[in-house]
Amino acid sequence: MKPAPFDYLRAQTTADALDALAQHGEDARVLAGGQSLMAVLNMRLAQPGLLVDISRTDELSTIRVDRDGGGYLAIGAAATQGGVEWRATLRDEVPLLALAFPHISHFQIRNRGTVCGSVAHADPSAELPLVLTALGGEVTLRSKQRTRVLKAQDFFQGMLTTAREPDELVESVRFPLKKKGERFGFAECSARHGDFAMVACAAVVTDDAITIAVGGVADRPVAEFWPRLAGDDLRGALNDLSWKLGAQDDAYISAKYRRHLVRELGWRVIEEAM
Amino acid sequence: MSGTPNPILRHGQQQRVTLTLNGRERSGHCEPRELLSDFLRHELGATGTHVGCEHGVCGACTVQIDGVAARACLTLAVQADGRRVDTVEGLADGDTLSDLQQAFQRHHALQCGFCTAGILMSCADWLRRVPDPTEDQVRDMLSGHLCRCTGYAPIVAAVLDVAARRRRSAAREETAHA
Repeated sequence: MKPAPFDYLRAQTTADALDALAQHGEDARVLAGGQSLMAVLNMRLAQPGLLVDISRTDELSTIRVDRDGGGYLAIGAAATQGGVEWRATLRDEVPLLALAFPHISHFQIRNRGTVCGSVAHADPSAELPLVLTALGGEVTLRSKQRTRVLKAQDFFQGMLTTAREPDELVESVRFPLKKKGERFGFAECSARHGDFAMVACAAVVTDDAITIAVGGVADRPVAEFWPRLAGDDLRGALNDLSWKLGAQDDAYISAKYRRHLVRELGWRVIEEAM
Repeated sequence: MSGTPNPILRHGQQQRVTLTLNGRERSGHCEPRELLSDFLRHELGATGTHVGCEHGVCGACTVQIDGVAARACLTLAVQADGRRVDTVEGLADGDTLSDLQQAFQRHHALQCGFCTAGILMSCADWLRRVPDPTEDQVRDMLSGHLCRCTGYAPIVAAVLDVAARRRRSAAREETAHA
């Protein structure tokens, strides 16, 4: 349980990190909070040649409200989950994030884990990619050559797979601020509190529409947009969704149980948000 | 922010790492891949921090980095260079246990003690932020630690007790100054 040897760079600036990624690309990994990557390295599931540590890169650790467009909470690559979670105004800014944070691993992990790191890691059962997808948030990718902004649904491409190129850094993510009339729900089922979700659901409900997003079933978080359904229509739509996600059996739970969780947790989060 | 970028530290080469351990500046040498947990124990001889799962799950190696509870096994020693690291050895004042440690003793909140150092370091950080916790909140915070002896009940009692005592003594101080 010790990592294989690697070179290490502590990036002082974003430019330092981008230079290193331009030069070492495929063979480099970005180390932010390390709460997924260090475990992977310790188990030697990954053996990169170079770690580019951005955890102390001050210009990447910003958390700020950006009033562009409808308004966003913009979170830099080195900003910790704890830094966002303990923000006094989070409940007014992005209430869905406030609902999701307690489900993400544990206090001690969120203290160091980063928001962008979880998004870049793209675990299909992780909460932050799910929330970003449910809200239609954005990911800013930056390399030495260019900066591009992708919608969450274009960024996540599969199990632990994203649109990020090897020379790119997930520089920031942007969560849309709560709009008037939006209400939210979040629920998940896991074997123990803080474990990876078997299924996680997030809902955004307005007077005339429902957004439901599901993690842990397909190879990436999936969002659907419905009119404001209720009763049997809603049960029916959730049942269709549960089949559409292509649930698989695994060593712990069956596809059938996953579909059950989509129907039940889906119902619960929409009720919570109604 | 400035000037010359940091050099790339090469694998296999020993680096000098200097950190402030429990208020004292300490240095040692390690490769870039050395975990902070191993650096504390093997280089600095601070064996109070225990090593369990080495992938962030069990919580035994929890220390505070710049005052924030974090897993030493998910941190590289080179990342701690220039930072303040606090471990269980720094909690007591000489021979006098801290109020948190005394509460653990009163409530028999440990048996074998393997998980205790990590739990104490988590609690010390968390109680500064949540001075008036509910039992549910304490259990949620403790979910980041595995204890196989106690069944957690005495740990929960100790944390609630120390929080209540701190609030009482803060209230007394306020009255005294009024």
